[in-house]
Amino acid sequence: MAKSLWRYFPDPALLALNGGAFAVGLAGWALVTHFGVVGLPGPGEVFSRAVDLVRSGQLPVDIFASLRRVLTGFLLGVVLAIPVGFLMGWYKVARGLIEPYVQFFRMIPPLAVIPLAIVTMGIDEAPKIFVIFLASFLSSVVATYQGVISVDKTLINAARVLGAKDGTIFWRVIIPASTPFILVGIRIGLGSSWATVVAAELIAAQSGLGFRMQQAQLYYDLPTIFVSLIVIGILGLIMDRFLLFAERKLTIWQERV
Amino acid sequence: MKPKISFQGVSRQFDLGHGEAFLALDRLSLDIADGEFVTVVGPSGCGKSTAMNIAAGLMKPSAGAVLVDGVEVSGPGPERGVIFQQYALFPWLTVQENVEFGLKIAGVERAERKRTADHFIELVGLSRFADALPKMLSGGMKQRCAIARAYAVNPKILLMDEPFGALDALTRVQLQDQLLSTWSRERRTVMFITHDVDEAVYLANRVIVMAAKPGRLHRIIDVGLPYPRNEAIRLSPEFAAIRNSVWHEVYHQHASQTEQKALEEN
Repeated sequence: MAKSLWRYFPDPALLALNGGAFAVGLAGWALVTHFGVVGLPGPGEVFSRAVDLVRSGQLPVDIFASLRRVLTGFLLGVVLAIPVGFLMGWYKVARGLIEPYVQFFRMIPPLAVIPLAIVTMGIDEAPKIFVIFLASFLSSVVATYQGVISVDKTLINAARVLGAKDGTIFWRVIIPASTPFILVGIRIGLGSSWATVVAAELIAAQSGLGFRMQQAQLYYDLPTIFVSLIVIGILGLIMDRFLLFAERKLTIWQERV
Repeated sequence: MKPKISFQGVSRQFDLGHGEAFLALDRLSLDIADGEFVTVVGPSGCGKSTAMNIAAGLMKPSAGAVLVDGVEVSGPGPERGVIFQQYALFPWLTVQENVEFGLKIAGVERAERKRTADHFIELVGLSRFADALPKMLSGGMKQRCAIARAYAVNPKILLMDEPFGALDALTRVQLQDQLLSTWSRERRTVMFITHDVDEAVYLANRVIVMAAKPGRLHRIIDVGLPYPRNEAIRLSPEFAAIRNSVWHEVYHQHASQTEQKALEEN
């Protein structure tokens, strides 16, 4: 067990290089700000602001607000996208009816929908969650649909000659065979949801990491902007790694070259 | 005796668009007896895979019909096992689960499923790899697993579409022997497609030679060598003689009437 878990960590040499690069970056940042080359806050200042924000409880509140929005919208999007994607891949009629809309709305950046969403849904959580839903739905639906139509025809035939009917083929062949595609789509969807939530909060929100940055901008509060940016990066990275881990686990059967 | 598989004037035409059509198989008539091992050879485009797909029920004939035990084939079914050249194992299932796949669909209960799967996995020599995923297996092992999977649902006939075509020469010879030993213990009617003349003669009771453009029956050659077959038979002068005549029929076919007509017109 210990050994199988170990596989998910990069090898020590690579880890050392990663750590080295991080240290150099931090030192460079400290030097540049210390000698006043740029008028930005240094790592120390940003760190102590982070501590203040955690102590005052504001940072946890902001993180919670952003995460709640992104996860709600993201999950709604994925939960709807997977059946719709399967429908499109399985039934020609569904594909013909749905695909034009999906392809069209994919070309509209979700953020561009915000003005419309605010006018029609008010300034509550609804418009933000809707936009995030849209972002994750569109990327997951296309991936699921692609996954279904690229299932190896021979596998379907192999199931048929073993006596499988359409229902069995769907549950036991189409779904497992398209899982790798779906998971890639979900990961892309989470990335775009995260990007969208922050941007949406910059435009219209009373809480969240984006909103905090927007406030800090008004007061020329650079350390707070830095803290927010770094937290956004770290949270995004954690969520992505988490999905990557799930992806590896669920598609361990794939032949990787 | 009633034939197990009967091709009755089976034709298959493919529409190429622009009102043009391609005749892949032209009125194939052929009877295969119960328990017989028949191999089909011929140049590419002779319709051998088309014939097999129609028998498997994966393709509809444009004319004619294939009868199995006197009943017309109308779709795929577990009584006709198919082995594909690309193995077609489900990569997310272990060897054991792959072999149990058809039994599970048939609603066979767990213990019975396991017993049957164990038996056929052992028969193809994969017991040690029962819990391995297909990605861990070599090409030869994958095909053995596919053979066990086909056998597990107890088909009356086995249709094999160049099953050893993607394997190296050594593995191929080993699998031929293994297939014959499996077949001798679990007798089924086998229709085996290949492009390898040696393989066709070594395995079969009868070799069906087909011709291309349009795909059609060319010659049927009785092998007449005894089973079990082994290296001594493979290297015997009798084997060589039959092999030579099959070779001749495959590689020195007279141009078909339509081809001759086309040549004359040019």
